[in-house]
Amino acid sequence: MIRTRALVKRYGAVTAVDGVDLDVAEGQRYGLLGPNGSGKTTLLRLVLGLVYATAGEIELMGQPVPRRLGRVLPRVGAMVEGPAAYGHLSGRANLRLLDASGAGGPWRTRRARVEAALERVGLAGVDARSVRSYSLGMRQRLGLAAALLRSPDLLVLDEPTNGLDPQGIREIRDLLADLNAAGTTVFLSSHLLAEVEQLCTHVGVVDRGRLVVHTALDELRTPTGRVLVVTPDADRVAALLDGRVESRTGDRLMVRHTDAAELNTRLVTEGLRVAEIAAERRTLEDVVLEVTSAGSDRVDRP
Amino acid sequence: MIVLVELLKLARRPRTWVSVGLLCGLPTLVAVFLAVTQLGPGPGEDPAFLSAVLANGALFPAAALAIVLPIFLPVAVAVVGGDAIAGEASGGTLRYLLLRPVGRTRLLVAKLVAVVVYVVVAVLAVAATAFVVGVSLFPAEPSAVTTVSGVTLSSTELSTRMMGAMGYVAISMLGVGAIALFLSTVSESSLGAALGALAAFITSQVLVTLDAAGGVRPYLPTRYWLAWIDFFRDPILWRDIERGAAVQVVYVVVFLAMAWANFNSKDVTS
Repeated sequence: MIRTRALVKRYGAVTAVDGVDLDVAEGQRYGLLGPNGSGKTTLLRLVLGLVYATAGEIELMGQPVPRRLGRVLPRVGAMVEGPAAYGHLSGRANLRLLDASGAGGPWRTRRARVEAALERVGLAGVDARSVRSYSLGMRQRLGLAAALLRSPDLLVLDEPTNGLDPQGIREIRDLLADLNAAGTTVFLSSHLLAEVEQLCTHVGVVDRGRLVVHTALDELRTPTGRVLVVTPDADRVAALLDGRVESRTGDRLMVRHTDAAELNTRLVTEGLRVAEIAAERRTLEDVVLEVTSAGSDRVDRP
Repeated sequence: MIVLVELLKLARRPRTWVSVGLLCGLPTLVAVFLAVTQLGPGPGEDPAFLSAVLANGALFPAAALAIVLPIFLPVAVAVVGGDAIAGEASGGTLRYLLLRPVGRTRLLVAKLVAVVVYVVVAVLAVAATAFVVGVSLFPAEPSAVTTVSGVTLSSTELSTRMMGAMGYVAISMLGVGAIALFLSTVSESSLGAALGALAAFITSQVLVTLDAAGGVRPYLPTRYWLAWIDFFRDPILWRDIERGAAVQVVYVVVFLAMAWANFNSKDVTS
């Protein structure tokens, strides 16, 4: 679906994207993570042909970008750097104008397309109020509706849940999962780890313009070889597993062990009570913090 | 299709109709003062035709064009042209148009068409209101209009010539519109682009009156702006009208090409 090779984008002396090889396959839900200013949005803009690469190649659905953009963009729905609409018009009027401005289908079915898109994002009942009076969340939903207008094969979304409340975030997550199940590839960027962790199948981490991690989410979250045990008999457990306990805080013990089930059996056979036991897995947060530096919005004294 | 969408956007913007209303309002205000005081400027003084209006209200559309042409109309055109791309960029809607996708060249052409339509609508509105105001406030003899050359015109001939003058005034605005459109692809601020186009327009106006700038005068966008008056001579004096139209066409071609080159190679980061 999306493929870049040695992609570089410089703005003057600033290198925003630096040698990125990105691969997003059909049917994936791909999350691009990174601190603010790490080049996520620039990467999205490059893929969509809004900005031109300094060096490197981009392919979108097998077509070179930006040369054949006109051919592939009709199959792409996108929201980049927040939604935008004409403030003096209603949400419906905005969608109709947008639908009419490109090859989106015959005008006879325009109303149906617009209503279907509004329905999907939960704005079906929206009235003739102008967009100027919309809340941030409503604007975000309208932006998503615009991206869904022509039932795209690929959705490219920049921070899709920005400005939504927890309820709305959940709704959008479900919507994206549904669309993905129906065959739409989803490529999104976010700085919210939880969002990517809950929604995506694949993840890429960008740091200072470089793609430093590029993997399936399952692979990333491998067990660390340690087991967390919570027990009221912490002292006796520590004595029993002497030397294998790496750390202890109150009744929580971190034990070096590869099999939680086996450890559990052993403790219980010894007559020790176990309140909680689980293999420790690397969280996405661990991985991201490991490989990225502070965001570019933090400016330290040299 | 994008052309229709651009026209629709223009029509649904309150600003469009406010500016057209203001353009119609200024000549109306002048007419009211004139009708109340009966104090016209002397023959041959600016604005053209105003002295004749006291005697014949049917000439007021021509006087109205003379009133809006020097400043009001170019300012309005610069604002609309300057907003064309920069307005979409600063509002963030430009990226969604391009992602729709609307080709950058097509978008530019659609914007130019919208500017031209705006000019035509504005000129028609000014002439129409001026006709109504003219015949209702002044003695009207549409059948007996005397030209600048002293020959009497029939009413059909007058309306044909009036159409010609209106068309020429509209064409005269194309240069300013094209400059504004070009600057609109350079700047992300509509205001900056509009002011830039106005600066070019004022520069041209200053140089037109400067004898030392005689060498460049024939190429200035405003050099032949007053040639529309030649439609009311007998016979019509085509020389300046043709030159004026040619100059405008050159400005449109050059600045549209520059706008195209700039816009097509531009990173859209708004």
